[in-house]
Amino acid sequence: MSTTTTSAPASAAEQFAMRRQSPAQRIQHVLHAQPALSPLAVLIIAIIVFALINPRFLQPQALSILFQQVAIIAALAIGQTLIILTAGIDLSVGALTVFSMLIMASLASSGGVPGPLAILIGVLVGTLGGLLNGFLVTRINLPPFIVTLGTLSVFLAAGLLYSGGSNIQSTALPDSVNWAGTVLQFGRFRITTGVVIVALMAIVVGFALSQTKWGRHVYAVGNDIEAARLVGIRVNRVLLSVYTVAGLLYGITAWLQIGRAGSASPNALTDANLESITAVVIGGTSLFGGRGAVIGTIIGALIVYAFRLGLSLAGVDDQWRVFATGVLVIVAVGIDQWIRKVKA
Amino acid sequence: MSTAQNEARYGTVNGVDLDAVQEGVADPSQTVLSARKLIKTFGKVIGLDGVDLDLYPGEILAIIGDNGAGKSTLIKAATGALTPDSGQLYLDGREVSFKTPQDARAAGIETVYQTLAVAPALDIAANMFLGRERRRSGPLGSVFRMLDKSGMKADAGRSMANLGIATVQNMGQAVETLSGGQRQAVAVARAATFATKFVVLDEPTAALGVKETGQVLNLIQQIREKGLPVILISHNMPNVFEVADRIHIARLGGCAGVITPKSHTPTEAVAIMTGATTLQKG
Repeated sequence: MSTTTTSAPASAAEQFAMRRQSPAQRIQHVLHAQPALSPLAVLIIAIIVFALINPRFLQPQALSILFQQVAIIAALAIGQTLIILTAGIDLSVGALTVFSMLIMASLASSGGVPGPLAILIGVLVGTLGGLLNGFLVTRINLPPFIVTLGTLSVFLAAGLLYSGGSNIQSTALPDSVNWAGTVLQFGRFRITTGVVIVALMAIVVGFALSQTKWGRHVYAVGNDIEAARLVGIRVNRVLLSVYTVAGLLYGITAWLQIGRAGSASPNALTDANLESITAVVIGGTSLFGGRGAVIGTIIGALIVYAFRLGLSLAGVDDQWRVFATGVLVIVAVGIDQWIRKVKA
Repeated sequence: MSTAQNEARYGTVNGVDLDAVQEGVADPSQTVLSARKLIKTFGKVIGLDGVDLDLYPGEILAIIGDNGAGKSTLIKAATGALTPDSGQLYLDGREVSFKTPQDARAAGIETVYQTLAVAPALDIAANMFLGRERRRSGPLGSVFRMLDKSGMKADAGRSMANLGIATVQNMGQAVETLSGGQRQAVAVARAATFATKFVVLDEPTAALGVKETGQVLNLIQQIREKGLPVILISHNMPNVFEVADRIHIARLGGCAGVITPKSHTPTEAVAIMTGATTLQKG
């Protein structure tokens, strides 16, 4: 009854090639092709578990809060992703964002500069800060870790010196500067224009990375900088563009932060550098460069904030959230190391 | 042992009378590449001591030599990775000078480095087109700058098939999942696809097993079949004698002579290479 097709017996090598892979190997292969899958699985499991513990977690109200909370770190983590993809790291992300934000806010309030122009100048400051990082990395040939450790202090101090350490409230700012806090109501979901802008940033950068020549060169530089140079990629130009684009994203995020917080405070975003790196790493982007994606970073940021919200709704001490984040980072890097050893 | 018998022993390769070539310096108008009196020094170290090099159409020219004999320096000087202190370089009879490897690439010279210059996490098609990616046609390409991924993938597959590389089928496979020989095949296929003048292979079999070495040698012969001359830098005498048409022996920053696998044995080649015997010209 069964039809059997007879074919030439496969050679030993062919049989070896067709051998069944162990489940672990198959998972390794799938993750190698799609590194964002493991954070996605973590996110889905976390959502299910937190929803079971406290059904309020899945209510539009809680989810709206989640999106608003995650937006700023997600935006900064997009810039961080670009830099980490080139095997770099940016410790100055929070300081540069705050610096841009303070300039933007003081120009618009006491500076008497029209809102849109103040925003533009603030974004420009972020961009130039990124350019400075890129310049130091490419022209002076300093390791990114050292460069951004230095500029972290420089931007932080510059921001404090410029603002005199004072907090600028949203009431002192024009509507355009506060615009990113505007609430958009979708049924019972309340998200802000800031969240929409972050989503757009993710889409644009994700597209550029996966679909354009520039994106491919970013991956190539992160994979093997010498190989990239040998095939004719202008490596320094790619690196400079990456740091500059990251700075631009931080500048835009500075504006979003004012809308989100309702003020421009020099004490904002103190943990942004570590939180953005955490989101990138949990999202499956390799700290060794050359592999990862923006979508993973967004998922990574969502995981961190889902844990924060879920654990707080579960009535657990906030320190457990910190604890869980640390475990996730170590697990994520462990998985990255494992999938990098994939064999055909 | 004498290696200096003068009677018509070299014969002809691809219509070039090698006996005439051995007599003196070839006319650059006959060659694909000619280097004349290349000198390169590194401080007090002499890398190239006035070397001549000729590559004829459709041949595989092997460059052999001991460590430090100047074979890498010679090839770097010929492909723009190093700028010689003095000397001339002729490509198709026209004098050229390459400041960077990109200049040489733009002129149609492709080099496969020992490190292969591949991005391991990117797939085969991406690596084939690395640094020369193609955009989609129409507004998706011109406005949105989108890569023509499927087109490049198809072309990569076609190039590999043309060179008879059957062991790799899926162009969407990451290069790091390939074996050493397959990676080498990708790098060689890339060079063969984009070169218009000649291909340089730097120790392509050094890291490979016997079977994979055979496949790569086959690939080198395929490139010659396509009409592209090949410069093969190698330590491996059996490989060199298997595929080379002529063998340029580098020694002490100069050239100890150019032989063919017919004119000399591997043992003689090694003797010339190490200076145990000298090849007398003319």
